Parts: sequence; structure tokens; C-alpha cells
Amino acid sequence: MTGQKQPKKTFESKGRTVYYQWQDKIFKYFALAATSIGLIVLVLLMYSILSNGLDRLDWNFITSLPSKRASKAGIYTAWAGTLWIMFLTTIIAFPIGVSAGIYLEEYSSRNRLANLIEINIANLAGVPSIIYGLLGLEVFARFLNLGASVLTGSLTLALLILPIIIVSTREAIKTVPYTLREASFALGASKWQTIWNQVLPASVPGIITGVILAISRAIGETAPLIVIGALTYVPFAPTSPMDEFTVMPIQIFNWVSRPQKAFADNAAAAIIVLLSITFIMNAIAVYLRHRSQKKVKW
Amino acid sequence: MKIEANNIRVRYGSEQVLNGITMSIKKNTVTAFIGPSGCGKSTFLRCFNRMNDLIETCKVEGELLIDDSDIYHPKVNINELRKSVGMVFQKPNPFPKSIFENVAYGLRINGVTNKKYIEEKVEWAIKQAALWEEVKDKLKKSAFALSGGQQQRLCIARALAVEPSILLMDEPASALDPISTTKIEELIYNLKSSYTIIIVTHNMQQATRTSDKTAFFYMGDLIEYDDTRTLFTNPKKQKTQNYITGRFG
Repeated sequence: MTGQKQPKKTFESKGRTVYYQWQDKIFKYFALAATSIGLIVLVLLMYSILSNGLDRLDWNFITSLPSKRASKAGIYTAWAGTLWIMFLTTIIAFPIGVSAGIYLEEYSSRNRLANLIEINIANLAGVPSIIYGLLGLEVFARFLNLGASVLTGSLTLALLILPIIIVSTREAIKTVPYTLREASFALGASKWQTIWNQVLPASVPGIITGVILAISRAIGETAPLIVIGALTYVPFAPTSPMDEFTVMPIQIFNWVSRPQKAFADNAAAAIIVLLSITFIMNAIAVYLRHRSQKKVKW
Repeated sequence: MKIEANNIRVRYGSEQVLNGITMSIKKNTVTAFIGPSGCGKSTFLRCFNRMNDLIETCKVEGELLIDDSDIYHPKVNINELRKSVGMVFQKPNPFPKSIFENVAYGLRINGVTNKKYIEEKVEWAIKQAALWEEVKDKLKKSAFALSGGQQQRLCIARALAVEPSILLMDEPASALDPISTTKIEELIYNLKSSYTIIIVTHNMQQATRTSDKTAFFYMGDLIEYDDTRTLFTNPKKQKTQNYITGRFG
């Protein structure tokens, strides 16, 4: 364009700035690719499951008992077992985990013992789940004589997810600013009043997220439940915590391991149901988090 | 009512931060604590409502009498003490609740459930803090919707709602703009008739504007304590002279 003045020499591109700008672009596309890989794999997986399982998925499939004939088999006992396990695991692990998190963050003094406990809780979160299964078998099923019941399974899974809940509770509590506690104490509030009225409401969104993620993990667990003796074939849905049970992942595992294509389709259909349960759980988590965030008026 | 400190010593672990402070404060006066950062003035302020107890390594020795009773006596209930010794902090720290609930909090944790009483008390406290006209139509809104200066007055209202007799202020205007600062200072002046106020400040003009008496702290010692006018116009100690004329600090 005529009339436009030439830029000053100092504003023109130099080798180094050009290089830095390139660096920025390259990283941007690298990050985009990384994100895409995860998403593409998920989409492919969903497509393969939906195309195999969707035909098989109907009301009968959900309400039928298991059967030797693939076309008649359903997942009623499996999802009933999964719901039982979810429910019991939550009511066992939630109060214990959150209380332990509160204790460690708010009450325990910072000494060597506290550090030791802290490190070990983090370690526990990394212990393979089958080890928890062995513990559950020995302690709950045999020693406490609870057998291969829903209760044994729930206690075992509760132990498995406790470290996750404790750690996420502590992280959530840590984000509550100290000045908030000070303000409460300065008005003459006791420690418990401060925790209950200030610290917990402000950290509830984080705690709920942690708990739901932990439960989502528990739903998918297979190994520890097989170890404690959960069955692959149960003719009836559990009606009490002492009943025998199976869960969706075990049912899926059982069907996948059979040679017939029809069972593989059953497995795909069951995976759709399991995924739906997980998605619903996450949706509830998002909703609860949103609601509790609204109550806390930052 | 009066406050008397006898040889107050404070340690954080092995580090001594106050080396024996002795002073007395009269009822319905404003006392300013001044001194350079790290001189111990905030630590001393936090002895009066025992906020230092929250810090595990902090040890307080000596005698602190309010109305002739030692607040460090084992029989003293720390929560009761803090109800009669209110505190306002350096940065406005409202709760993430509504304006109304912020002020009502002190009453609620005291077990007050009478709705009408709480409403009256909240209105009274907000009026005391000269904030009523600005917030009366949005009591249900979040306290964080207020400006910094309004938030700080809300924090003052929150402290007043539990009817303390002493009000501690830890640099209450240092995070505020000049206009908000003026409002806080006017407020301090007006509250003097009903409360005994101790204010920590970095701002020497603020000390002269608001206080009756001023205490100058340096390195954990109380260097000089006198009428504000005397201390700023005719200090007896060289260190005070140096500090107020801006030679250090």
C-alpha cells in the first residue's frame, strides 16, 4: 500500500523471534494432536461397541436373568448387583474417607507420624486392586465369615477407594483460604463450627468430585470381586447385603471369554449399559458440584 | 474497663518476637500500634483475642488482664473471649455467603435462632458500620459483589454483631483506596464512644488521625507509648524520632 510508512528497523522480524513464534505454533499443534488421539480412540471404541451391542440392547435384555442361550440372556442380576455394590460402597467409604480427610487436614498436628500416614495413604492409592481382593477374602469373607456377599464386596471396594476419597478431601480442604478460618475463629466459633459452616461448604464441590470419581472406579473393578468369590452366574438379584452377587464387569468378562459371536454382542450391549451408568454418575457429580458451588457465594 | 499487659513475651518456636511488653489501655479509646514490619505489633495485637493460639509453635507468656481477669488463665473459654474481643483483618475476608449471612454468622454460632432478633441485630450492626444505605436492598447478594472498602465495613459489621467490647484492627485499611480508607477512619472515630479500639497501622497519618494514644514497637520491644499528639510532635526516644520522620522503617 502506498503512503504506508516503513516499520522501524527494531520492529522487523529477527531470527530469534521468528524461531520462538514457530516454537509456539509447533507446540500448539502437538497439544492438539495429543488431545485428538484420546478423543479418536474413545470415538472408535464407542462406535465398535454401539455397532455390536445396540441391536441386542432392549428392555428384555435389561430385565432378563442370565441364561446359557445368548439370545435369552440378560443382565438383570448384574446391574442389580452393581447398584447394590455402588450403594453400600458409597455409604461405607464416604463418611470414613471424608472424616479421615478432615482429621488429617484440620486436627492432626504436623509431626513425623502425620507425614508417615500421609505417605502411606498415597501409597495405598497405588496398590493393585487384586491385593485388596485378597485382603477382603481373608478378613471379610473368611475371618468375619461374611462369605462372598454383597457386603464383603462393598467393604473390599470401600477399602480400595478410601485413599482416593481421603486424598481428594484433603486437596479440597486445602483450597479453602486460611483467612476464612481466621474470620470464623475471631467471631468465637469453635473448631467444629468453623469446619462445618465454613470449610466444608467451601470444599464440598471438590469432595463430591473426588467421591464420584472414586465410585466410578469402584464400578469398573473386577479383579478384587472375583478374588472374594463373586459369582459369574447368579440366578437371582440380591435382596439383602448378605446375598451372593455378580456385577456388570464380571458378567461382561464372562461373556467376552466365550467363543460364540452372540455372547460377544451381549457383552457389547452390557458395556453400553455400564458406560451409561458411569455417565449418569458423572452427570450427577457435575450437577451436585454446580449446585453446591451456587450455595457458596464467592 | 481497661486492658493491662504485664511483661508479655511471645516466641515462635525458638525465635523470640516480643520481649516483655507492659502497657495499659483505657476504655473507649483508640490506641494505635506502629512500627516497622516484623516489629511484633501484629503479634501483640493477636494476643488480645488469643489468635496466636492457632499457631502451634507460638508460646505466649506473661499476664494480659481485661477488667482485671487474666485472659490466659486456664479457666478462660477461648470462644467466649473472642466474642467479646472482635477482630478485623488486613485484607477484607468476608465469608462466601450473602451479605446478611455474613453478619448473622456470629449470632448463629452463638445459638441464636430467633429470626426477628437476628434481623434486627444484623441491621443494627450494618448501620453501626455505616454500610446500611449501600446494601439494604441487596442483603441476599454475595458479599463478594461488594467493593473492597464495602467488604471491609461488612467485616466490621460482622464483628460488631456479636457485641464485643474491644475491637482489634490489623491494618484494616492497608488494602483499600484512599476514599474507602477515609470511610474506615471516620468509622473508627465514631465507634470509639462504644468500643475500645486497638489498631495496627503502617500509616502514620492514619495513626495521628484516628488514635488517642500511640505505641511504637521496634524489634519486639515497646519503645515508646504516649498520647498520639505527644508521640508524634515531641517523641522522647531517638528511635521513635527516627521512625516517625521516615529515617527507617
